[in-house]
Amino acid sequence: MTAPGDEIHAHGGDARVAHGHDGGGQPAHATLKGYLTGFVLAVILTVIPFWLVMGHVIGDAGVASAVILGLAAVQIVVHVVYFLHMDTTSEHGWNMLALIFTAVLVTIVLGASIWVMYTENANMMPMASQSLHHAMGR
Amino acid sequence: MSTTTQDNVNTDAPQFYCAEEPHPENGTLLGFWIYLMSDCFIFASLFACYAVLGTRYAAGPSPRQVFDLPMLAVNTALLLLSSVTFGFAMLEMAKNRRGPTLAWLTVAGAFAAGFVGLEIREFAHLVAAGAGPDRSAFLSSFFTLVGTHGLHVTVGVVWLVTLMVQIGRHGLNETNRRRLNCLSLFWHFLDLIWVGVFSFVYLVGVLR
Repeated sequence: MTAPGDEIHAHGGDARVAHGHDGGGQPAHATLKGYLTGFVLAVILTVIPFWLVMGHVIGDAGVASAVILGLAAVQIVVHVVYFLHMDTTSEHGWNMLALIFTAVLVTIVLGASIWVMYTENANMMPMASQSLHHAMGR
Repeated sequence: MSTTTQDNVNTDAPQFYCAEEPHPENGTLLGFWIYLMSDCFIFASLFACYAVLGTRYAAGPSPRQVFDLPMLAVNTALLLLSSVTFGFAMLEMAKNRRGPTLAWLTVAGAFAAGFVGLEIREFAHLVAAGAGPDRSAFLSSFFTLVGTHGLHVTVGVVWLVTLMVQIGRHGLNETNRRRLNCLSLFWHFLDLIWVGVFSFVYLVGVLR
């Protein structure tokens, strides 16, 4: 059993740590080097897709689109790590959990919407010229 | 935190539970993060709308005809610079230096204001050219998505100016640090969303 005085002391120390985390401080890895690394990576990952499109580097639009979206996904990870300072230890991992949950739901919302709406045309009653075009395409 | 301490002072009876453990020590930041995740859903649904409607031109202009890529590059650069200079402000805040913090915040705010200004100019130009949000489903979804993002950045600038006044008056106290930490998350989050906008809406749109 600790004496009350010890507990106050322990709590005082705890409070300082907590405030250093919440109000006062930065995550330990928020450094100038971290921001500059993130910035340089973001610039590189931005310049490449602009160059691909403006320089007409890749002829096939589908391949070029896939490359651009892939680079965007990488850049989003760069932003999350270097600018939002996300890792598994911050806030006891709860914000990481929320992020993963959001990412899963966003994937479902986006992927399912695109999938449903792009296959919907093919399954419609043949009435519009678009459906006719689809039928002829098959 | 202080109430907990007082409770412990007043309690003489032995405690058979861990009084410190499940205490959310930075609840505000976690709560703000969860708000950002819900904001992420708003953008996800708007992105889904654009993905579905972005090819319905209604015999109107296509992305290739309305998007100005050099201006988009300038806009993207402005927002990225704004993001990294806000990071510099946070580093100065960690060193407890008010002047440099305010200076970097001013730079970050100016970049973001430039971004909003260019976007308003782009929108005005499109509407004047007859490519407003009423022209086609593509333009409706485009204006909704990009406009929502622009509105977020505008609100962020207003929030930034408010906080700068607060810091100027009351200094870098604990409350202002917590607020600045939240705004920092908001600021970087908007740059993250913009990565999706310029890639998916503009660049992939132009390729179609």
